[in-house]
Amino acid sequence: MAEVLALRVFDLDAHYKDFQALWAVSLDVKKGEVVSIIGANGSGKSTLLNTISGLLTPTRGTIEFFGQEIGDLVPHKTVAEGISLVPEGRRVFTRLTVNENLVMGSYVPRSRPNKNKSLKDIHELFPVLKARQNQMADTLSGGEQQMLAIGRALMSEPKLILCDEISLGLAPMIIKDIYKRLMQINAEGLTIVLVEQDIRRSLKAANHAYVMLEGKVVLEGEPSSLTEDEVKKAYFGL
Amino acid sequence: MEDFAQPIVNGILLGGLYAIIAIGMSTMFGIVKLVNLAHGDLMILGSFLSLSLGTWMGIGPLWTLLLVVPIMYFVGFFVQGFLLNRVLGKEMEPPLLVAFGVSIILQNLLLMIYTPDARSLMTDLAVKTIPITSYLNIPVIYLLDALIGVAVITILYLLFQRTYLGRAIRAASDDEVAARLMGVNTRNIYAKAMGIAMMSAGVAGVLVGMTFTFYPHTGPQYLIIAFGVVVIGGLGSMKGTLAGGLILALSQLLGAQIFGPGYQLFCGYVVLLIVLAVRPQGIFGTV
Ligand SMILES: Nc1ncnc2c1ncn2[C@@H]1O[C@H](COP(=O)(O)OP(=O)(O)OP(=O)(O)O)[C@@H](O)[C@H]1O
Ligand SMILES: [Mg+2]
Repeated sequence: MAEVLALRVFDLDAHYKDFQALWAVSLDVKKGEVVSIIGANGSGKSTLLNTISGLLTPTRGTIEFFGQEIGDLVPHKTVAEGISLVPEGRRVFTRLTVNENLVMGSYVPRSRPNKNKSLKDIHELFPVLKARQNQMADTLSGGEQQMLAIGRALMSEPKLILCDEISLGLAPMIIKDIYKRLMQINAEGLTIVLVEQDIRRSLKAANHAYVMLEGKVVLEGEPSSLTEDEVKKAYFGL
Repeated sequence: MEDFAQPIVNGILLGGLYAIIAIGMSTMFGIVKLVNLAHGDLMILGSFLSLSLGTWMGIGPLWTLLLVVPIMYFVGFFVQGFLLNRVLGKEMEPPLLVAFGVSIILQNLLLMIYTPDARSLMTDLAVKTIPITSYLNIPVIYLLDALIGVAVITILYLLFQRTYLGRAIRAASDDEVAARLMGVNTRNIYAKAMGIAMMSAGVAGVLVGMTFTFYPHTGPQYLIIAFGVVVIGGLGSMKGTLAGGLILALSQLLGAQIFGPGYQLFCGYVVLLIVLAVRPQGIFGTV
């Protein structure tokens, strides 16, 4: 079977005012894959994900999603196309209940009719969210909030989910649990991009990995083909 | 006791009117942190709209609601979408100034069109009362104000709790970026929220016009009432707005009964100050 490209980022630049945060970044994500992006603080990982989802408009280059150019789309358009971002720092709606948060995930017209089914699926995936469904989101623990952020992103029935540092600040047990669920939905066909600082875990999960440094992709390949030494050098820019 | 029965009943009923005057402003503050200085003037615009439509079409004030409310939605949508959204950002001052500008423009526009004369929306209800005892009557117009006020606030509550639009408004006020990531066009949502706030202000304007006289310059007076209600009740809760309206109206009318009519406004402000000193976040406020 020919491999379908879910996402093709080509020659992408992005700026914050005069500051250039991305330099000619190119990256391919095949349908059904898990792709990891790793890099030190400030290497541009979040900027890349934010640019793909439309929070930031690229200053050069193209972003194609299943062959369609989406570089200049605003976030509410990219969600409608099927890209969901789990943002850095979770950003759950603190003054909404857990279920209201999830229902907000199905806001795009395409996914509203399937709201109840999606809700049931998420409750199965993360049973704790069902147990806490009527609680305000800010009463959840950090791990539960991360599950909520992921569940909320899944409610729009995306084709591609971008996860920005979902393991940050969580206990290893919880991280393991969340990754297990993610791999489960990946097995069901969802394409996943993982941004992490934790090199080992994200390389283990990925089919393909990219290492970023100072706004550029400095190394890429299948995790099995990359030596630890190589990765470390790229990561720290030695 | 007989002396106090009437002001208490009137105060309770007037509280419902105060609440509907304030609800739109409280809502917009909760959503975009906007202190809408034009809120009172926009409400009075509703009164004048009703006046013109009523005279022109020969219908009673309550019937004009069918037109005033949708027109006010578009006024609100326009004010937010084309004026306030442009200056929305990190700081609070620019939107404040724009709202102030809208307030001045509206007052002078109304003055130009309608002259400074006192107006009121004529209705038979204004003079009707329901006698309860020899010393207690329920003014029908106050009763109507209270019932419509509570009904509108209940509808708003349901809208905010049960609909995608309402949840999107709350979500956007909680975390704008996250709301955009859910597919919410937040700018559009703010304009719709202001539209809804102005629908409630339109209803308030018609009720105020039926109950009291109004002039092109009456707006700020109601802005202050709205402020009082919000400060007393606390921001962002419908319960708080109702309670705030009730407390402000009651303290005004009871104050007038005890100290004389000249002290009506004064007593309202005293209670306001007490709440500010004791519980600055308002009675139902959270922050
Ligand atoms: N809103 C912003 N305004 C200006 N500069 C920014 C902004 N956000 C990020 N930057 C800068 O862009 C660069 C890349 O930041 P980015 O957040 O993409 O890094 P990151 O790889 O996600 O880092 P971390 O691992 O700490 O999350 C950094 O130098 C950062 O200071
Ligand atoms: Mg980051």
